Amino acid sequence: MLARLGAARRGGLLALALAVALLPLALGNQYLYDVAILVGLNAIVCVGLNLLIGYAGQISLGHAGFFALGGYGSAILAVRYGWPPLAALPVSVGSVTLLAFLVGRPILRLKGHYLAMATLGLGVIITVVLATEDRFTGGPDGMSVPPLALFGRALAGERAWYWLVGALLLACVWLALNLVESPRGRALRALHGSEVAAEMIGIDSARHKLAVFVLSAGLAAAAGGLTAHYSGFITPSQGSFLRSIELVTMVVFGGMASTFGAVVGAAVLTTLPQLLTPLKDYEMVVFGAVMMFTMIFMPRGIVPTLAALFKPRTRP
Amino acid sequence: MSAQLLQVLFAGLTAGAIYALVALGFSIIYNSSQVINFAQGEFVMIGGMATVSFLHLGLPLPLAALAAVAATTLVALALDKLAVERARGASVVTLIIITIGASILLRGLASLVWDKNIHALPAFNGDKPIAVGGATLLPQSLWVLGVSLAVLAALWWFFNRTLYGKAMLATSHNRLAAQLAGISVRRVLLVSFGLSGALGALAGILVAPITFTAWDVGVMLGLKGFAAAILGGLGSGPGAVLGGLLLGLAEALAAGYVSSAYKDVIAFVIILAVLVLMPGGLLGRRAAERV
Amino acid sequence: MSLLRAEGLSKEFGGVHAVQALEFAIQPGAVFSIIGPNGAGKTTLLNLITGIYRPSAGRIWLEERELTGLAPHRFAAAGIGRTFQNLQIFFNMSALENVMAGRYLHERCGLAAAMLRLPGLARAERACRDEALELLALVGLERYTDEASEGMPYGALKRLEIARALAARPRLLLLDEPAAGLNPTETQDIDRLIQRVAARGVTVVLVEHNMRLVMGVSDRVLVLDYGRKLAEGDAESVRRDPRVIEAYLGAEARYA
Repeated sequence: MLARLGAARRGGLLALALAVALLPLALGNQYLYDVAILVGLNAIVCVGLNLLIGYAGQISLGHAGFFALGGYGSAILAVRYGWPPLAALPVSVGSVTLLAFLVGRPILRLKGHYLAMATLGLGVIITVVLATEDRFTGGPDGMSVPPLALFGRALAGERAWYWLVGALLLACVWLALNLVESPRGRALRALHGSEVAAEMIGIDSARHKLAVFVLSAGLAAAAGGLTAHYSGFITPSQGSFLRSIELVTMVVFGGMASTFGAVVGAAVLTTLPQLLTPLKDYEMVVFGAVMMFTMIFMPRGIVPTLAALFKPRTRP
Repeated sequence: MSAQLLQVLFAGLTAGAIYALVALGFSIIYNSSQVINFAQGEFVMIGGMATVSFLHLGLPLPLAALAAVAATTLVALALDKLAVERARGASVVTLIIITIGASILLRGLASLVWDKNIHALPAFNGDKPIAVGGATLLPQSLWVLGVSLAVLAALWWFFNRTLYGKAMLATSHNRLAAQLAGISVRRVLLVSFGLSGALGALAGILVAPITFTAWDVGVMLGLKGFAAAILGGLGSGPGAVLGGLLLGLAEALAAGYVSSAYKDVIAFVIILAVLVLMPGGLLGRRAAERV
Repeated sequence: MSLLRAEGLSKEFGGVHAVQALEFAIQPGAVFSIIGPNGAGKTTLLNLITGIYRPSAGRIWLEERELTGLAPHRFAAAGIGRTFQNLQIFFNMSALENVMAGRYLHERCGLAAAMLRLPGLARAERACRDEALELLALVGLERYTDEASEGMPYGALKRLEIARALAARPRLLLLDEPAAGLNPTETQDIDRLIQRVAARGVTVVLVEHNMRLVMGVSDRVLVLDYGRKLAEGDAESVRRDPRVIEAYLGAEARYA
């Protein structure tokens, strides 16, 4: 399995696996585990979002909406209808994926700023609906979410969640890498390179864009559902425009068209606010400055920029 | 006309005028650089908040307002010089992130320079509502509409009757040709940002007496102004105005007759509908991609 | 039976008739050229017969199959390929990957199969790579194989587009000004390349300004003027047609 990936990607996946396996040695207390788990969950969203933004060349400023819907779907099924969380979660993810399919068809005909606005609007609509339909969702204050139960035992405790999220993240990264290196991945990159030329070699651009959009929405929903069951709580702000921006920033900061970049971006930009908690008041200033600085001086993102420093020739 | 409808119309037009000013700011910058300035909303916020500060310092309202507009314009110019200009030629996504980063930065700075409280700005000439046909109109609304009209007239004159304004329009149509004609594109961009900063600040000052101002009012206003610009057609001045007014009216109608909880959503539902059905916006230029 | 046929083909943009009531038939195995002054509608015509523009009126057939109104990727799937006047190279990929991408139509790869790395994919990838290498050699670009396409010279990029288009194994290949911006030596290379392509059994349609190239390589020539057919015939008769000379070749004839 590993042998079929490119050398660098093989190394990267191995390094990530090692990092996941060895990190607990550095995680001294529950709080640090918590941060690591949040990093992992964000990274899962970012890997999917990176396929959409970095490889397919589209943009979504509303992906947090899918994240929140995934969480709320699972929560509502579990709390209001008494479903076991293990059943609620996949059904919720499936529903969000279906929604993304229905909404994606008309929206993805748009390009550039118009697509940005449409996805932004979608995210805002989702958030407002979640905050307003309080009969189901508990309103702006959110609702509590029961923990996941495996074989009758509740999945609680940071350590168990850490290994679950770590394994899922590795699986997602592996799947994403496979996709990128496959003919379909090439088709996606072709689409990004020149949509009209891609059409002229037979690539149905609408179908491919939709597929990636739906895939990334599904990943976001899954991460959202997991987050909800992990933290035991969900609020509409999980789907806010600001959250969507955070996610896009993680992808762009870490590196467009780089799956590992997405992971790195999620890691850095999830831990940064945590590190800045003593300087809570300055958090926004620093975040904004980091975003601007990176995009002005390292527009390709951290991982590709660093990779280019070590390799004089552009790698395929 | 029923009193309620009239009331809704007043509210809608007032909000619409504000959205129009913000949307114009978007359009002006977009025209000269293809950049969507997501920090536009923050210009609105800074205008209002700075006026509050200058008032506290003892300046009379007109001077405070003027100083605030000047301060915001400086911020806008700085944004262009330090950030946007350095990222020339970057992709759409990169530029979007840069201006979003700027808006977050400005908001963070605002929360430090000022605070996270809501502030009130006194109405320009009292807040005794005027009765018109059974509905009430705030005098401040008249200011909003009046000043907006004046600003629109001034902008129209600038872009259509002055040499520099026409040069800016030329840049938006064909940058290379404009450069060859001796127009400094960099300066046009700078002026665009300055103009948009002033417009945003003005909008913020006009609306603050009605809706109050705080460090984070820029987000929603910016988003709605952007939505209005897209509704009318990105890059079209008249489109921005039309989009702003329509958006304000639609919002007010929805709030008055449907549900006030979903007021904010209306804007985005309309936008989505327009984008899907008429991607170029109502008055937008339909540019065919040349292959 | 003709390979590509158009009847009553028209395209207008808000009142401007870019192409009007065009009728023509392209025979398989020939090199067919479309010429005309700037603005005559050549690129519009190309966009029409590749599905990028939907015709305002008229119909298009590939053999017996009607293609009118289909999306561009369906035109491509039917066997029509093209290059572009202003390069549409995938600059985010290497030269080899550009050509490999061109082979999309011949690689059935579902989303799940791609993500799970199902067996057979590796073998298919190797075959794809081999074919792409062969095409790069055909157009004379072997030395650029793993180079980023961004850094390649203009003339090489024009040939890369041809290699990419050929990877789709089209029956009909449309070349939109392949010699534009090339010096005489490079133009001769293109001339030989077109002949090599035609020898492989691909019907070539050429849109060009370079008269020497057109007259030297074409079997039939269609002349457009203001969106209408001005003349059609073999190279010699078109060159001598007084209407054509008057509308277009007049100045050229002095330099030819």
